[in-house]
Amino acid sequence: MSLPKFVEAGNAFSIQSAGSGRSTLYVIGPGQVLKRDVQLGQTVFFPAGSLYNAGHYLVVLAGDSSTESEAFDVLPATKPADLSFLARPSRLPVSLHNGITGAVYVFDAYHNLITIPAQVSFELTTPSGTVQKHIVATRDGAAWTVMDSTAQQGMDKFEARIGEILSARVVAQVPGDPCGLKMNATQSGQGLQLKTDPVRDCNGNAVPDGTIVTFTEAYEGGQTTVDVPLKRGIAEVGMASHNGAIISVASGVVLGNQIRWEK
Amino acid sequence: MLKPPLILCIIVAIASNIGFAQAAVRVEPPTLQGPRPLTEQTSKAAIRDYVQAWQCFSTAFEQNRSDLLDPAFVGTSRDQLSQTIKQQASLGIRAHYQDRSHDLQIVFYSPDGLSIELIDKVEYDLQILDHDRVKTTQHMIARYFIVLTPAEIRWRVRVFQAVSE
Repeated sequence: MSLPKFVEAGNAFSIQSAGSGRSTLYVIGPGQVLKRDVQLGQTVFFPAGSLYNAGHYLVVLAGDSSTESEAFDVLPATKPADLSFLARPSRLPVSLHNGITGAVYVFDAYHNLITIPAQVSFELTTPSGTVQKHIVATRDGAAWTVMDSTAQQGMDKFEARIGEILSARVVAQVPGDPCGLKMNATQSGQGLQLKTDPVRDCNGNAVPDGTIVTFTEAYEGGQTTVDVPLKRGIAEVGMASHNGAIISVASGVVLGNQIRWEK
Repeated sequence: MLKPPLILCIIVAIASNIGFAQAAVRVEPPTLQGPRPLTEQTSKAAIRDYVQAWQCFSTAFEQNRSDLLDPAFVGTSRDQLSQTIKQQASLGIRAHYQDRSHDLQIVFYSPDGLSIELIDKVEYDLQILDHDRVKTTQHMIARYFIVLTPAEIRWRVRVFQAVSE
């Protein structure tokens, strides 16, 4: 029996048998099984598309009086046809170093893992057109990258490309924690009106409405705390006026300025 | 501890009286690509689940029962193996894959922790039966590329692909 050492997935191939008489040819592997009745001494042709799942196969030629066996490989096609692209996270704060990761596995048209090295291009594009690009060679069919989230909020496009094959994901970059949180206090009738400046992160992105800002007023004999959601980028609240009170503002773990209130 | 669905593969293997010898498992130190550190616990769990997957694979192919693949295989590999079992059954063929040894190395742990790739030099015996008549038994050596992904309670095999060693 004569057969190639390997065949590319999906390609035609042939097996030459020797001797005379009838026999049965088996091609056995976890990926596929073929069986043919053959006339010994003739060549058995397998047309393109007969064997397409990559793997290690055993070929058995079993006749009435003798059995021959030989192993051969079906290798993945060399041309990539599909990328399995895992990108994380789908949402993250701006300006996070190594915050975005991407990994790919490269497959051929029959979904066999292509294990020979290939160049994968990872690109992260912001809405303003800024591009981070990394070119990485696959090893054992896999490649990965890490990228920084940029300073601008918005929906970034994260793409992995190999040749003409492209897989894209969207990564939402949201503003970070408030930065330079500042409030002002004014007398309003008998009470006190507290109002922040527009709340932004350290890159100037507006912190989203709904973010909680906490105002605390500490005075002799007590303390009052009020949580207020941002509306149109500003938090505002009316509180009782106490002479000598210390008023502070915070959002999460970020502290803002402090005011000592004198009537 | 073995998970209930996986026990099914092993019980079926014992009940069907096929050789159920534990394969020798050797684990090479990882040559890891990827920024994510791989804890020993994760590495052990992945290897344990993969080696158990061979038991499911072996039993499923010997019995021509694709349902036995379910606890251990997922996605493309599950579909592909299931299709092969259908082909075997329609041709009256059964294949008994008995793994003898595994020489394993983890080569990739994806940054998100959602996949592990390992390479396994496997030695196994393959017995082919056509309408219950043994046609041949061969000792095989192959290099498997394996991609595992986490499921609810275990790692499952998503890519199961071999070449000659």
